[in-house]
Amino acid sequence: MAEFRTCPETGLKVDLAAEKLIKWNAVTSVVFLLVGGLFGLLVALTRWPEVHLLGADLYYLVLTGHGLDILLVWVIFFEMVLLYFTSAILLNARLVAPTLGWVQYGLMLVGAAITNVAVLQGDSSVMFTSYVPLKAAPHFYLGIILFAVGALIGCGIFFATLVTAKKEKTFEGSMPLVTFGAMVAAIIAVFTIATGAVILIPTLLWSAGIIPHIDSLLYKVVWWGMGHSSQQINVSAHIACWYGIAAILFGAKPLSEKVSRMAFFLYILFLQLASAHHLLVEPGLSSEYKIFNTSYALYMAVLGSMIHGLTVPGSVEAAMRKKGYNKGLFEWLRKAPWGNPVFSGMAISVVTFGFLGGISGVVIGTEQLNLIMHNTMYVPGHFHTTVGSGTTLAFMAMAYWAVPTLWQRELFAPGLAKWAPYLFGLGVSFVGVFQMGAGTLGAPRRHWDMTLADATIGYDLPAASFLMMGMNGVAALAASLGGAIFILNMVGTILIGKRKTAAAAPAPAAPAPAGVSGHGEGVSVPGTFVLAIIFLITFVLYYFVNWKYLASVWPLS
Amino acid sequence: MAITPPEQRVWWNEPVEKTEVLWVTIALVWALVMFFMMPYWHFAGEQNLSNEAYRVKPDAYLAKVEASAEKHKVREEGTTGIPVVRPPVGGDAYLLGRQFQWWPVLELKKGATYRLHMSSMDVQHGFSLLPENINIQVHPEYEMILKVTPTRSGSYGILCNEYCGTGHHIMTGKIYVTDN
Repeated sequence: MAEFRTCPETGLKVDLAAEKLIKWNAVTSVVFLLVGGLFGLLVALTRWPEVHLLGADLYYLVLTGHGLDILLVWVIFFEMVLLYFTSAILLNARLVAPTLGWVQYGLMLVGAAITNVAVLQGDSSVMFTSYVPLKAAPHFYLGIILFAVGALIGCGIFFATLVTAKKEKTFEGSMPLVTFGAMVAAIIAVFTIATGAVILIPTLLWSAGIIPHIDSLLYKVVWWGMGHSSQQINVSAHIACWYGIAAILFGAKPLSEKVSRMAFFLYILFLQLASAHHLLVEPGLSSEYKIFNTSYALYMAVLGSMIHGLTVPGSVEAAMRKKGYNKGLFEWLRKAPWGNPVFSGMAISVVTFGFLGGISGVVIGTEQLNLIMHNTMYVPGHFHTTVGSGTTLAFMAMAYWAVPTLWQRELFAPGLAKWAPYLFGLGVSFVGVFQMGAGTLGAPRRHWDMTLADATIGYDLPAASFLMMGMNGVAALAASLGGAIFILNMVGTILIGKRKTAAAAPAPAAPAPAGVSGHGEGVSVPGTFVLAIIFLITFVLYYFVNWKYLASVWPLS
Repeated sequence: MAITPPEQRVWWNEPVEKTEVLWVTIALVWALVMFFMMPYWHFAGEQNLSNEAYRVKPDAYLAKVEASAEKHKVREEGTTGIPVVRPPVGGDAYLLGRQFQWWPVLELKKGATYRLHMSSMDVQHGFSLLPENINIQVHPEYEMILKVTPTRSGSYGILCNEYCGTGHHIMTGKIYVTDN
């Protein structure tokens, strides 16, 4: 029989078994964020030309670990937290099969540990992508497979909890939007993991010497069915966090449930095709295939993100206007709680994910434009602004609220926490900007020595690209400081944070009165609309600047 | 609120904001523009990757590259011993990637169009032609053929930008483009 407590702060009914799983998954995710973040700092310090910290072997090792621990381990452990939270707790339900939840946790932990050991042993520096025929030790692949199976079990528990909650009528009508977003993430996770199994199991057998050969192109086609879709789990999950934070802080309701949910739905329908945009400059694939797939079948997944880009700030604007912040276009934004890391983290995440991550993603996902960016520093520039200042920052923002609430303790260092989203969010954003700049100048990604000192045939990359990589190092230091404050706060809050007294808890944000969402004359969220138009103009200009750049390179066909 | 069930029992019946309809329409139009740019560039633009590729055994490819190098070698690159190969104008130019070298050095003529063959002897490599910043993935067992027309004379660097092992960062090559 499930046991519950009532959260004094939110009034939510909390299943104790779910809460325990949430806590363990959350703590583990933060530990891997710390490990992966340290690896990342070492990478940045090595790519800083004046510092050039690590030797080549260690650098490639650490870079592999950084990719795996951040892109996979940290985010997916945190997504397990979201799945348990948005199903059991938001639906006032009992978590189905908590014992199986511990199997999820155990498999993921063991898998992550095995893969990390394989990387640290030094003979598995094959990068996150592990493109065959470059070979890692068998337990490198085995660890990833165990980790994925664990995640799959977590998704299963989530779906079962949704069904049970519905059956036991723990909530009325449709599920909340945040739970819907988490469900989309879980659905994507299931077919992502299935795709991963299709490619990683044979690769494990190949690495162990049982299968003689794997076609490098086939590997890549299937691998990206997992590789890119797994990042779309993050997008769905962090957008769910955006909506969740807007609701928690402002009592915001979505502008309309229909549009927001359809935007989530677009991810399910169209993103698996997107994996092909990693193969735009490969031999053996036709232009028609590339065009159809990169279009995400008509850029529909991009459309989904552009919709959320309007509806999330729009819901905040609508809620703030209802509270009376109605002056001009942007009073609602100026009067927002910029000193609260939950809000500032979410706001910076929305802006940088859209402007930097979104636009750069579309540019490198365009069939021909990819030629001038493929595998340059531009590519890590793109994913640091999507996974770093997008997903990771959104998860951090959520954690600044969730950890004190779940553990019933005061935030450990609230004064420092105020600065953390700016240091981390802007730090990672600038990491992305400088990397994109260096990539545009030709600096290769994953490269230990851009001076090419030991190469038989030397080449001088432009001085500006060295400057960019130096600035990248500085920005990475700022980001690391922000990340360190986050981890300090999480660990400090859990271990030695002051216990909250129930009486001091503020009342939950009152739900907005129905039907006041402004179906009057004209645009109901004018400030957000103006911001969206600024975004669109930036997007259009930058897109065509890149076509102009492309047109200046050697003709080829 | 987004963390509570929608007010209407069925979310589909919730009203839609006018601003959203406007934005979705604008975004959809922009998505269509971006979609049509790709096929459009195949007609109007000059930078499109070829669809021509063949399966090839690394040994067979190596033999072709070496035969071409022997036939069209004009000199050696400095003291490296790497041949500088001047393929016939309008003809086939061969380049191979292997751990950790691009081989041989090519000398092309400005304004002439070549059929550039590329493949790998071992793992995947990244062909990155600088300062043009043309970047192409090179796979083992696939021979890609690309028609290229150098437009500026000078000397160009080739880096490997796909991680290919511990010597990845020393994997370089060169292309000369001459005026006449």
